[in-house]
Amino acid sequence: MQGSVGYNLAFAACVCLVCAVVVSSSAVALADRQDRNAALDKQKNVLLAAGLATDDENLGADEVAARFAPITQVVVDLASGAVVDDVDPAGFDQRAAAGDPTRSRVAPENLARVVRLPTAALVYEVWDANDDLEIVVLPVEGLGLWGTLYGFIALEGDLQTVRGLTFYEHKETPGLGGEVDNPRWKALWTGRLAFDETWTPVITVVKGRAGSVADDPHAVDGLSGATITSRGVTNLLRFWLGPEGFGPYLTRLRATGGT
Amino acid sequence: MSKTRDALFDPLFNTNPIALQVLGICSALAITTKMSTALVMSGAVVFVLLFSNLFVSMLRNQIPTSIRIIVQLTIIASLVIVVDQVLKAYAFGLSKQLSVFVGLIITNCIIMGRAEAYAMQNPPGLSMIDGLGNGLGYALILAGTAVVRELFGSGSLFGIQLLALASEGGWYTPNGLMLLSPGAFFIIGFFIWALRTWKPEQVERD
Repeated sequence: MQGSVGYNLAFAACVCLVCAVVVSSSAVALADRQDRNAALDKQKNVLLAAGLATDDENLGADEVAARFAPITQVVVDLASGAVVDDVDPAGFDQRAAAGDPTRSRVAPENLARVVRLPTAALVYEVWDANDDLEIVVLPVEGLGLWGTLYGFIALEGDLQTVRGLTFYEHKETPGLGGEVDNPRWKALWTGRLAFDETWTPVITVVKGRAGSVADDPHAVDGLSGATITSRGVTNLLRFWLGPEGFGPYLTRLRATGGT
Repeated sequence: MSKTRDALFDPLFNTNPIALQVLGICSALAITTKMSTALVMSGAVVFVLLFSNLFVSMLRNQIPTSIRIIVQLTIIASLVIVVDQVLKAYAFGLSKQLSVFVGLIITNCIIMGRAEAYAMQNPPGLSMIDGLGNGLGYALILAGTAVVRELFGSGSLFGIQLLALASEGGWYTPNGLMLLSPGAFFIIGFFIWALRTWKPEQVERD
């Protein structure tokens, strides 16, 4: 039908109003569940990085909580690497802290394009029965191609060998940069060495194929068609494992033998 | 009654949206590596098709011609957003695997195509049935492709390992081509060939 301009405008307005109400109601009604799912997914990714869970397991909230039992959450001061006692790790939201001017500072110029550094960060430690450090899981983030990648890197007790790397949130293109989620790529990280003899982070996502863990311990295969994402991963890992990130914390752990 | 039957059963084999109308190929390639994602995607498309056809048909005499495409798109987009929200709330793991492809249902030509070609000219009941039929036709191709791709690409169906993988001590070396998009292209091509051998009237005349 050919409406008058007035009719067309009124009709369009009505359609928009109804659609807006439907969409926003569903978003608001489901927001709680979605947030809980996202939080659970983040916890699951800590387990995935540490190797305490595998990709194909469908873990519910109880199962995730159970597997979290050996993990100790610790809030550490980034600059000094010391433990911060007066903050409860359970309620600590590192991303919120990074946005709060009283609990964060501007980051120095860096390749990972991290803008603000929280004063304190949340790390995950696993200690075995003999009080030796078994696993350390560190939150990492940095710019990829389309947005920030948020993930976890897990190191073995020697604080050199990578146990796993996962990204729980990113905006990369599926099939290209999105291949950071591919289990076969993630498997390449296990056993690589993040640092060289002088404890400088040298782990690199190279262009093309890297050798085996024995031949090429500091390199990981690049992602085909995702140069910028690959560089982003290299940069964010080197930043957070370096002096501006968790460097002081890792130095303290090494010095005190992990206690 | 026969019009209803035609609306429901024609899109399954006679006018299949992927095989004959050649619409919606993109998602058919991307998420058919596993049965679970293929079925969730099919469910989402059936839901959106059904309700977008219903609402467009209910409004077909009120929608001004000059803005009809945008109005159809607004309705389709709202439905897809609702589906996306529901998936994120009730099937988070699957929604992560489907990533952008649920949102891309908005761009799936089948939905807009049926809204414009059928729902704008037919009553709500028939339009709903047509939406269901086309959705099922799409689901049929997706499921068929996913069965082949998951079985020969990973040796499993619905995540249950049916062929013991060589990497885990078994005998089956997975066919890597099945896990990549070109593999899906070939399978869909074979489906189209098989369908046209069965129903030669679908073959385009020179």
